[in-house]
Amino acid sequence: MTHHPHPLSRRTLLGGMLSVAAAASLPPLGALARQPGPQMREVPSTGEPLPLVGLGSWITFNVGEDPLLLEECTAVMAQFFAMGGRMIDSSPMYGSSQATIGHGLEALDAVAQVYAADKIWTSNPAGGPAQVEASRRDWGVPRFDLLQVHNLVAWEANLETLLGMKAAGKVRHVGITTSHGRRHDGVEHIMRDAPLDFVQLTYNVVDREAEQRLLPLARERGIGVIVNRPFRQGRLTERLAREPLPAWAAEIGAESWAQFILKFIISHPAVSCAIPATTRVDHVRENMAAAGTPLPDDALRRRMADHVRAL
Amino acid sequence: MGLSEWLSYRPEDLLMFSLRVYERLFELHNQALWPMQLLALGLGGAMLFALLRPRPWGTRLIAALLAVAWVFVAWAFLWQRYAPINWGIRYVVPLFVLQALLLIALGMLKGGLGLPARWSVPRGLGLALFLHALILHPLMALPAGRGLQGAEVLGLTPDPLAIATLGMAAMASPAQRAWPLLVIPALWCLVSGTTLATLGAAGAWPPLLAVGLALVARLWPRGSPTA
Ligand SMILES: NC(=O)c1ccc[n+]([C@@H]2O[C@H](COP(=O)([O-])OP(=O)(O)OC[C@H]3O[C@@H](n4cnc5c(N)ncnc54)[C@H](OP(=O)(O)O)[C@@H]3O)[C@@H](O)[C@H]2O)c1
Repeated sequence: MTHHPHPLSRRTLLGGMLSVAAAASLPPLGALARQPGPQMREVPSTGEPLPLVGLGSWITFNVGEDPLLLEECTAVMAQFFAMGGRMIDSSPMYGSSQATIGHGLEALDAVAQVYAADKIWTSNPAGGPAQVEASRRDWGVPRFDLLQVHNLVAWEANLETLLGMKAAGKVRHVGITTSHGRRHDGVEHIMRDAPLDFVQLTYNVVDREAEQRLLPLARERGIGVIVNRPFRQGRLTERLAREPLPAWAAEIGAESWAQFILKFIISHPAVSCAIPATTRVDHVRENMAAAGTPLPDDALRRRMADHVRAL
Repeated sequence: MGLSEWLSYRPEDLLMFSLRVYERLFELHNQALWPMQLLALGLGGAMLFALLRPRPWGTRLIAALLAVAWVFVAWAFLWQRYAPINWGIRYVVPLFVLQALLLIALGMLKGGLGLPARWSVPRGLGLALFLHALILHPLMALPAGRGLQGAEVLGLTPDPLAIATLGMAAMASPAQRAWPLLVIPALWCLVSGTTLATLGAAGAWPPLLAVGLALVARLWPRGSPTA
């Protein structure tokens, strides 16, 4: 595990943020910029380091053309990038989320900093390339860093499209996604057979099925793992909010249940990053900070899982 | 996707936007349309008058105004505002246009529709639904803490339009013309009520209740034919 700030990309970013800071009344730039950078982990297939916490966009960034809400999302992205964040995940399934991300990237001048992770989501594979191109225009990026077959929809043909794009240099990494613990058999089969860079799945302190087969297989096959639904779409954090955080959480610098959960996830050695989604600047700060302080070892991870199970 | 996989989804897994974003749609819609709300309320009042004192031309006027409203709402609300945050809505837009055509065909052409002039249960329920759509429904934004800028006005937004149409179709005759006019508004009310309930919104019950009341009114035994 390495520790990489991004001085260059951050400099370009700060210029763009000036205008948005004024518009969205962000905290002063100095305060944003002083945050410690997140810990990184390398993408197994290429060795590229990525921060352990990324940003999701399901529901939270689907705000249509509402100018107020677009500014709020831009403020979340500004905080994310200011703390060294890179991977943002979206999909053509997520309504206007891709366009919201594009709005934020342009306002923040952050195209160079973002690691753009999107999906192909169509049961008509012939339309896949056109869908990817429409998504790319919404994002406003020259090309995607990662394209994933969403929920294994028509996965054979769609994966072929993506692998073809990768061979032609039109996308850097390729993957597949699932969630809610669905279709792990199918995912395992594809992980064994296809040259994937990433697999995206649900994993957290209560949804631990992936520990059995998929996470070990990912390590064995050199496939990066992106973890979605870290907070069960907020239901887990809501439930745990009623319980006191154990005092020993301070040992790993977890100041909230959200950080407790994220630290549990990203400390698994197979995990490349978790991608919590949020509408709130304080939450994105909290989530990114979870990757900036120590992570639990095996013994503590077991204790964390046991503790939550007993609640 | 197999059935077992569909069954593993909770309703809230299928919703792709938050309550706040949905409520803001109405605020932005109202801002963009102001002062059309006044015109819409005025026309709603005219329709109410025509419902209370049924005349053949008045009933035609109601059908015509409702038809215009279904097309307007399909375009200005569903297509322009709602579809960007909910891709399923693009499949609903043609149904709203179909409802407008049905209103013209069944409510205006040939014999058109008849409305009851004397008090009866179907008439009472139908008028109650219409009054709710015209007056109470927009005001529901107040207890929900949204302010009048979030009001859902009849003629400009889908829920009160569907409820008002249910009210009219619930009391109209003949039955074979009234029933087809009920289907799309009832489906919309079910979809909208379920969506609101899943979002945890306070206003989920009126559209659902409206469908129940319209069915009761429609199935209520009728006496002699009406004007
Ligand atoms: N099949 C797939 O490909 C698939 C499926 C599911 C998800 N995903 C991806 O994974 C991402 C994450 O999953 P998700 O969005 O479903 O769920 P999630 O990240 O587990 O939860 C998001 C919710 O958590 C809340 N939250 C975020 N940070 C918080 C904090 N620090 N404290 C308390 N609450 C917090 C947010 O509310 P606030 O807005 O109030 O912060 C939001 O409602 C998605 O956005 C999407 O990009 C992919």
